[in-house]
Amino acid sequence: MSQDFLLVLPLLLPLYGALMCLLFWQLVKWQAVFAGLTHVSWLLIASLLLLETINKGVLSTQVGNWPAPFGITLVSDIFSSLMLLASAFIGFAVYLFSLRGLDRTRMKFGYFPLMLILQMGVSGTCLTGDIFNLYVWFEVMLICCFALISLGGKKMQLEGALKYVTINFLASGLLLTGVGVLYSLFGTLSLAHLAQLARQPDHPNLSLLTIASMFFLTGFGIKSAIFPLFFWLPASYHTPPVAVSAFIAGLITKVGMYTLIRLYTLVFVSNLDFILPLLLVLSGFTMVIGVVGAAAQTDFRKILSFHIISQIGYMLMGLAIYTPLAIAGSVFFILHNILVKTNLFLVSGVVGQRYHTFALKNLGGVYARQPMLALLFLLSALSLAGLPPFSGFWGKFMLASAGFSAGNNLIVATSLFVSLITLLSMTKIWNEVFLKKKPVYDTPEVETTEEDIIRNKFLYLPAFFLLALILFIGFYAQPLIELAQRAATQLLHSEIYIDSVMNKGNK
Amino acid sequence: MEILLPFMIGTLFSVSVYFILHRHLFKLILGLILFGLATNLFLFVVGGITRGSIAIIGEQDKVPVEPYADPVPQALLLTAIVIGFGIQAFAIVLIRRVYQTFKSNNMDDFNNAEKI
Repeated sequence: MSQDFLLVLPLLLPLYGALMCLLFWQLVKWQAVFAGLTHVSWLLIASLLLLETINKGVLSTQVGNWPAPFGITLVSDIFSSLMLLASAFIGFAVYLFSLRGLDRTRMKFGYFPLMLILQMGVSGTCLTGDIFNLYVWFEVMLICCFALISLGGKKMQLEGALKYVTINFLASGLLLTGVGVLYSLFGTLSLAHLAQLARQPDHPNLSLLTIASMFFLTGFGIKSAIFPLFFWLPASYHTPPVAVSAFIAGLITKVGMYTLIRLYTLVFVSNLDFILPLLLVLSGFTMVIGVVGAAAQTDFRKILSFHIISQIGYMLMGLAIYTPLAIAGSVFFILHNILVKTNLFLVSGVVGQRYHTFALKNLGGVYARQPMLALLFLLSALSLAGLPPFSGFWGKFMLASAGFSAGNNLIVATSLFVSLITLLSMTKIWNEVFLKKKPVYDTPEVETTEEDIIRNKFLYLPAFFLLALILFIGFYAQPLIELAQRAATQLLHSEIYIDSVMNKGNK
Repeated sequence: MEILLPFMIGTLFSVSVYFILHRHLFKLILGLILFGLATNLFLFVVGGITRGSIAIIGEQDKVPVEPYADPVPQALLLTAIVIGFGIQAFAIVLIRRVYQTFKSNNMDDFNNAEKI
């Protein structure tokens, strides 16, 4: 398969899948079939793309054959294809979960096409080589998130969606403003061309680049919930059903982090003496505020939502240290976190499906009734907290050792301390949901029919699928760590990226 | 004219942020619309306003005749207007739905999900 085609397919597949779903609007079963087919083939394409990128280096294509920097560029390096693969994995897992874990009304009102277009937005954001297209793809993603969060129209959901829409609209406006500033400074929108111009030491507008970068830091900071811009996240992520929130919580904030890492290694490379300490301080606060917030919560999903914020801090820490090992740690940590966080949300979904509540005080005794579920949660939670030999440990180990060798001892100490509190939070969920006796409360026990039991068994499947992946990258971390290191090398040596895009037509 | 526009954009931004922070739901709609307008206008002005011909190349020319307006910010602007329009439409429907469901247009009533 030709390289150009391979780069366009991750965008076309979900689009066509979504169109097929829309054609079969009344027939939910067929929608599910088409969505399933799309997810499986998308998984294949994402793995093919990763293989191709590993073998041939940075791939790029010009849609419509206009030469760079004028055409629409699609670029894939190891980092972006790893992101695609991770999103394909959790997309597939969440799809499996939704088959039994989502009510039919929501399916009827376009759950499947929305999820597919959301996937398309994610792949567009990861593959695009143009800063305005980046904004457009982010909007594609966000409008799907808006619709998915408010899908079903429950009171809580509407509340969450209102906050989510408002703050993300503001963030998009800031991004657009940043795009405008960047264009007025350099007269180009292609990332590779911008990177070239930003590396010319005598460019007259170079000193103003920091202003543009601050617009992007604020915009993407809101979207990836960095301190102090995170309040919308715990206010909205626990409101939609799990088949929605697992995907959004697992992926969207990390895509924001992906773009931050991409932009700050490729374009905003001037004036790093000012930006990196700022990022370091922000990352420390993000970590701490996340776990402290989580400690105060008494809802299964709200605790997990707050932990998303603290995990974002780790990813930002890798970017702020800015050494090859640290960036590799960030890459590894993002991938690990996408899988683990989605899995924890799925486990919370299985619990919620069975007991119809997410409140810790009403839950209990799950360990006695569903020991497998308890095991699923325990392994994922230990992985999130970063206990060796699970996957979180490797990410944190890379970040910590990079921090020590760069002399940033304070941030490493903070991150290790935060890990401990994460473990505390996970222990709290374990105690309250799984270990303690089920409280006797007034509402009668919900009848479980034979069909319900089979249904609940089926919900284990995606969680086991993700757990297998998590254990794999935990116990056999070598290949992924190597890939993360290669991705970091590609990120920090932007001449590879620039060369791949700018000199494509000349070959 | 060009010196006037930045002040207008600044006013639009500040008014929109004030409206978004207001607790009335309708003010939120107004704030979102004005914020979208302000960003669009910013994009337009920052690309440089040229009073001149259009950037269409004549049949016998190789390059357009100077001075011509830069078409890229205008193209961006068109896209941004369309996207903003879509999102604003969605936001208005959502806000209407919120108003119908909660029977209130006071934002202070919408913190029930926080209390879980």
